[in-house]
Amino acid sequence: MLHTVVALVEDRPGVLNRVASLFRRRGFNIESLAVGTTHEDGISRMTIIVDGHEGIVDQVEKQLMKLVDVIKVEDLTQTEAVNRELALIKVRCTAANRREVLEIATVFRAQAVDLSPESVILQAVAQRDRVNGLLDNLRPYGVMELMRTGRVSMRRGTEVTAYGDQNGESEEMHRFHHESGRLPEGELPYVSD
Amino acid sequence: MTTTQRPPARSHQHAHEGAPPEAQGRVLSGADILLECLKHARATTVFGYPGGVVLPLYDRLPAHPEVRHILVRHEQGGGHAADAYARATGELGVALATSGPGATNLVTAVQNAMMDSVPVLFLTGNVARNLIGRDGFQEADATGILMPAVKHNYLVMRAQDLAPTFAEAIYLATTGRPGPVHIDIPKDVFLEEAEFRWPERVHVRGYQVPGAADEDEIRAAAEAIDAAERPIILAGHGIVISRASEELQAFAERAGIPVLTTLLGLGGLDQRHALSYGMMGMHGSYHANMAASNADVIIGLGMRMDDRALGRFADLNPDATVIHVDIDPAEHNKNIHTAFPIVGDVKETLPQLTAAVRRASHPEWVRWIDDLARAHAASLSVPEGPELTVQFVVQQIARAHADDDEDAIIVTGVGQHQMWAAQHMNISRPRQLITSGGLGTMGFEVPAALGAQVARPGASVWSICGDGGFQMTFQEIATMVDEQTPVKLAIMNNGYLGMVRQWQELFYKDNYVAVSMSQPDFIKIAEAYGIKGIRVDEPGQVDEAIREADAHPGPVLLDFRVTADDNVWPMVPAGAALSETVESADEVA
Repeated sequence: MLHTVVALVEDRPGVLNRVASLFRRRGFNIESLAVGTTHEDGISRMTIIVDGHEGIVDQVEKQLMKLVDVIKVEDLTQTEAVNRELALIKVRCTAANRREVLEIATVFRAQAVDLSPESVILQAVAQRDRVNGLLDNLRPYGVMELMRTGRVSMRRGTEVTAYGDQNGESEEMHRFHHESGRLPEGELPYVSD
Repeated sequence: MTTTQRPPARSHQHAHEGAPPEAQGRVLSGADILLECLKHARATTVFGYPGGVVLPLYDRLPAHPEVRHILVRHEQGGGHAADAYARATGELGVALATSGPGATNLVTAVQNAMMDSVPVLFLTGNVARNLIGRDGFQEADATGILMPAVKHNYLVMRAQDLAPTFAEAIYLATTGRPGPVHIDIPKDVFLEEAEFRWPERVHVRGYQVPGAADEDEIRAAAEAIDAAERPIILAGHGIVISRASEELQAFAERAGIPVLTTLLGLGGLDQRHALSYGMMGMHGSYHANMAASNADVIIGLGMRMDDRALGRFADLNPDATVIHVDIDPAEHNKNIHTAFPIVGDVKETLPQLTAAVRRASHPEWVRWIDDLARAHAASLSVPEGPELTVQFVVQQIARAHADDDEDAIIVTGVGQHQMWAAQHMNISRPRQLITSGGLGTMGFEVPAALGAQVARPGASVWSICGDGGFQMTFQEIATMVDEQTPVKLAIMNNGYLGMVRQWQELFYKDNYVAVSMSQPDFIKIAEAYGIKGIRVDEPGQVDEAIREADAHPGPVLLDFRVTADDNVWPMVPAGAALSETVESADEVA
C-alpha cells in the first residue's frame, strides 16, 4: 500500500542526503519524493510516497524522526488531504490529429503549454490516478517525453502540518542554524595544504 | 492522521554550567576556539593523529596544557580508545584525525560506537574551504562517508560557528540514546579568527530527549506484569548507560522477576543477586535461553531486540506479551512485535514501573529455571584437564580480581575468547566489561584497553585478546609505552580464527578455509616494544603468570598457548530460535 509521509526538515546542506541514505540503507521503497520550501523560515517540506505495510511505514516515520535534521513527521494517508502532482507530457501529434489530443487533454483537465508542428506539451496538475488515465489515453499517439514531480500533499481544512514554534531562538542562534555548513559568500583567501 | 508519538521530552538544555567559559567574548583563532570548547566541556583527553590540515590545531596545543593529547599509532586505534574511554567512564570520548586517509581510517571506530550507543566526538580536519570538492590532496568527503555511521555530523564553514557546533554536538552525543557525533573542520577555519561565544542554550528543534514514560502506558504494562505467571526481564546496555542498576534491582525484586542480560547488559545487575540468571543469546546459558523462550511476559529494558540476543525473531516466543522500554522509539517494533512499547529513559521509567506493579514472586517459574540451570550446568563449565583452555585462563584472571578488586576492567576482542570471557568472568558491575557488541569489531581489544586505562588510571585493565584481532591493532602498544599505561594484554593464542573455525566445523562440514594462521613470536613483539612478555603453556603456570603480570608496573603481554579445537557452548545455531539452543556438536544437524 502507498503511504503519504510528510516530513518537515531543516533547510540545511546534507538533509536530502541523510533522508535518501536512510531509505536506501533500511531498504524502504520510495515511490516519489518531492522537496520544497515552506511558509516557515528555514524549514523545508518533503512529501514521500512509501510503498509498504503498516509496520514498515511505522519504522519509516520513526527512523526519519531519529534524524536530527527532521523536525516533524506525519502520515497523511488516512487524512482528508489535497494530493497533487504535476506532469509534463510531450506527445507526438501533427495538425492532422492535434484536435484529438487536445480533446483528451480537456477531458482530463490538462493544458497545452507548447506546440510545434510535430508535438505538443501537456501540463497536468492532478491526482496520480488522473495523470495515469491521461497517459493511458495519450500512449497511442506516442509519448515522446514524460516528467512527473511526485505527489505533494496538504491537509484540508484549518489544521496544518507546520512546526509552529519559532520563539525562543536568539538572532545569533538563528543565523547559526541557517547558515552553518554553507560556504561563506565572497572570496576566501587561498590556503594551500 | 497519525503523528509520531512522542513522550514528554526535553528539546533543549542550558549549555552553561554556572559561569560562562573564561574565554567567552575573546577574539581567537578557530584552533583556539576548538580547544576552549573541549576545556569548557571537560572533554580534555584527545586520542589523535596529526596530518597536514590539522597542523594549525596542533600548533596551538601547547598553549592549552589542560588538553591532554595522546598520540596513537593509527586513527582506528584512536577511535576505539576514545570509545573505550567513554565506556569506562560514561563521559564523552574524543578522537581526532586529519583529512582523507585520517578520516577514512576512523570509519570502523565510528560505526562501532554507533552500534553500541557510545558518546564519542570524532573530529576531522578537511582541506581548506576553497579546495573542498576539487579532489585536493588528502581530500575525502568525510561528512558524507560518516553520515550513516553517526548520530549526527557537521561541516563547519566559519570559525564563529565552531562554539555553537561543539555545544550542540556534545549535547547530542551525550543525551538521549548516546552516540558518536562527527565534526569536520576545513584547515582555514582553524586559522580564521572569530569571537568565542559559547551559546547560553542549546536548542535543536528536531531532537528531543525522552525522560519519564507516559503514566497510562506504565499502568497498562504494569497490569500485564501483574497478570504474568512466567515473566522475564531482558536487561541491556541501556541499564549501564543510564546508571540504572539500582532501579533495575528494585523493580526485579518487587515484581519477583528473574533477570537475563544481553552481552552489553552484563554488569547491569550483580550476577550474585538471587534473581540474576546470566546472559542470554547466541552463547547465553541454556536455562537463560529457555526462560526467554518460555516466558509469558517478556520485559525488554534498554536493549534493542538484537538478533544475536534473541535468535530467530519469528520464533522467539510468539505467544509471549512483549513490553519494551527504550529511550529510542525506533527500536520498538523494529524486530519483534511489541504489545507495550514504552518510550523513556530506564533510569526514570523503572521507578515508575516499580511503583505501579504489585509485590509478587513466581516460585514455580523460578524453580523451573533453577532446575534447568542445574541440569544444564555442564555445558557452561570450565573444562578440567591437562590442556590449557581459554575458559580456564579467563576464569583465573577473573578470580585473581574477584570481589575485592572494585577497579578491575575486562576488555575483549571479538570471537570465541569474547564469549568465554562473557560466560566465565562473573561480570557483576556496570562498566566492568568493555566489548564490541553490535559491530563485532576484531582488533578492538588493544586500543580499547589503552582507552580504558587512560580513563581510569588506577584500574587493573586486563584485555582478553584473540590472536587474530591482536594483530589488527597491536601498534597501539607503542602508545601504551609512551603513556605508561600498565595494561595486561592476554593473548589467547591458538593459531586459529576460533569462531570462524567453529562455524566451519559445525555448519560447513569441517571445510576449514582461511582460518588457520601462523603467528609471530608474540614474546619477541613484547621485547621489540620494550614491554614485559610472559609465555604460558600449561594450566599450572597460569596463576603465577597472572600474579607476575599484576605485580609489574608497566604493560605486559601474555602469550597463552591455548587449545585449538575447542567450541563455545551453549550455542544457538545460526538462524535458529533461542529454544533451539544446543550444547554439543552432536546436536548440530
